Amino acid sequence: MSSLRSTVAVIRKDVQSELRTRYALNALLMFVVTAVATILFALRSDQPTSTVLAGMYWVVVFFTAMSSLSRIFVSEEERGTTMTLQLVASPAVVYFGKLVFNTLLTLSMTVAVTILYTLVFSTFFVIQTVSIFVITVLLGSLGFASAATIIAAIVAKANTRGTLYPVLSFPILIVLLITVMNATAKALDGEALSAALGDFQVLTGYFLAMTAGSYLLFDYVWKD
Amino acid sequence: MKFVKYGSILLITFVAVVGVAVPMSATPQSWLEFPLNPMLQQKARNIFFHVPVAWTTVVAFLVGTYYGYRYLKTKNIDYDIRSVSAAGLGLLFCTLATVTGAIWAKFDWGSFWNWDPRQTSIFVLLLIYGAYFALRSAVETEEKRGTLSAVYSIIAGITVPFFIFVMPRLMAGLHPGSKGDPDGAGPVVQFTMSGNMFVVFFLALIGFTLLFIWLLSLRVRTARLEYAQSIHRS
Repeated sequence: MSSLRSTVAVIRKDVQSELRTRYALNALLMFVVTAVATILFALRSDQPTSTVLAGMYWVVVFFTAMSSLSRIFVSEEERGTTMTLQLVASPAVVYFGKLVFNTLLTLSMTVAVTILYTLVFSTFFVIQTVSIFVITVLLGSLGFASAATIIAAIVAKANTRGTLYPVLSFPILIVLLITVMNATAKALDGEALSAALGDFQVLTGYFLAMTAGSYLLFDYVWKD
Repeated sequence: MKFVKYGSILLITFVAVVGVAVPMSATPQSWLEFPLNPMLQQKARNIFFHVPVAWTTVVAFLVGTYYGYRYLKTKNIDYDIRSVSAAGLGLLFCTLATVTGAIWAKFDWGSFWNWDPRQTSIFVLLLIYGAYFALRSAVETEEKRGTLSAVYSIIAGITVPFFIFVMPRLMAGLHPGSKGDPDGAGPVVQFTMSGNMFVVFFLALIGFTLLFIWLLSLRVRTARLEYAQSIHRS
């Protein structure tokens, strides 16, 4: 089987088992709703600026991701299917399969947060430059997922998984978070697409560097 | 190792004495006077301690990551011992750099913490060390512990160039050489060292690096003994 086809098979396996239980998707959606509601309670009738809203947007995405993205490897360990996966697929195939699945999860998260934000902050959360917003969300999700996947692989082999995951991820993701918050604020302020080109370069560089590093190091984490 | 030990003691003592004792004057006449920076005043002397400590932090991080990489390649537990010893020292020097920097910031920029790019970077480095040791304590088997923490330190190392090259572009800074602060929250100090200051500064860099090497060898030797003892007991 070619590696592309086996990668697709790994993604399909994850999507199928996800659709059977809907564990991650349900938890993710509830988490987004809870977090946005908490922000609404905190803000009351204050009028948030675009910087605050852009920051809050990615805070919700970050913590939602931290509650669900580690499942990708932890569930394999819990179900005892790690060995089988090691037998049938090469580490690179597993890594890229999981990366694509995590990217899909992150993207669905951003879609959920965007819809909720547009509904509840209808007067403040107006995306004025759609192109900046879409590119930021796409590149940001890719970078987010690539860092989250390798950390998830590390955490799955440790003992205290739940608490360790955000602790390990935050220092790695901080560059990405600052950049996407910056770019999202630009999209809300209605700046021209050219104003965010520097941010896009950073996001692309981050994604490529992180994916290349993870690809090279994944073997060591994956094999027992 | 004797050379490293006495060299570091000698150099750091020399820097401490000279860095504090040599008078500062607005118009330095002789080799035994430092120029007085109107903005920094006497506080400029901190440069002999703060910058070398920060430099040693970076060296410790690189050394720790390098030994982590060697461990991944060879699976020789001695490299893991060296890696974790370097990381422990990195945490120590990182804390020292943060504290000396924060005190200096309080008296020159007005507050202990300003989220200047370099302050942000050192904050993230502290977080990385915290996460690194949290990860180590969460893994029981030593082989897995070494592998996972080595992978984590390399992954963390990938983000370092972003802090050096990207952060200063994204946010305004206060350290000398920053792009400036458009909001006027604090002055960017223009600061160039004179020849004699540079000599002391350079000796301080060597002194603190030697101190790091000495402390690392001490820590590695005790860690090896502890490891041998734990093998012996079990």
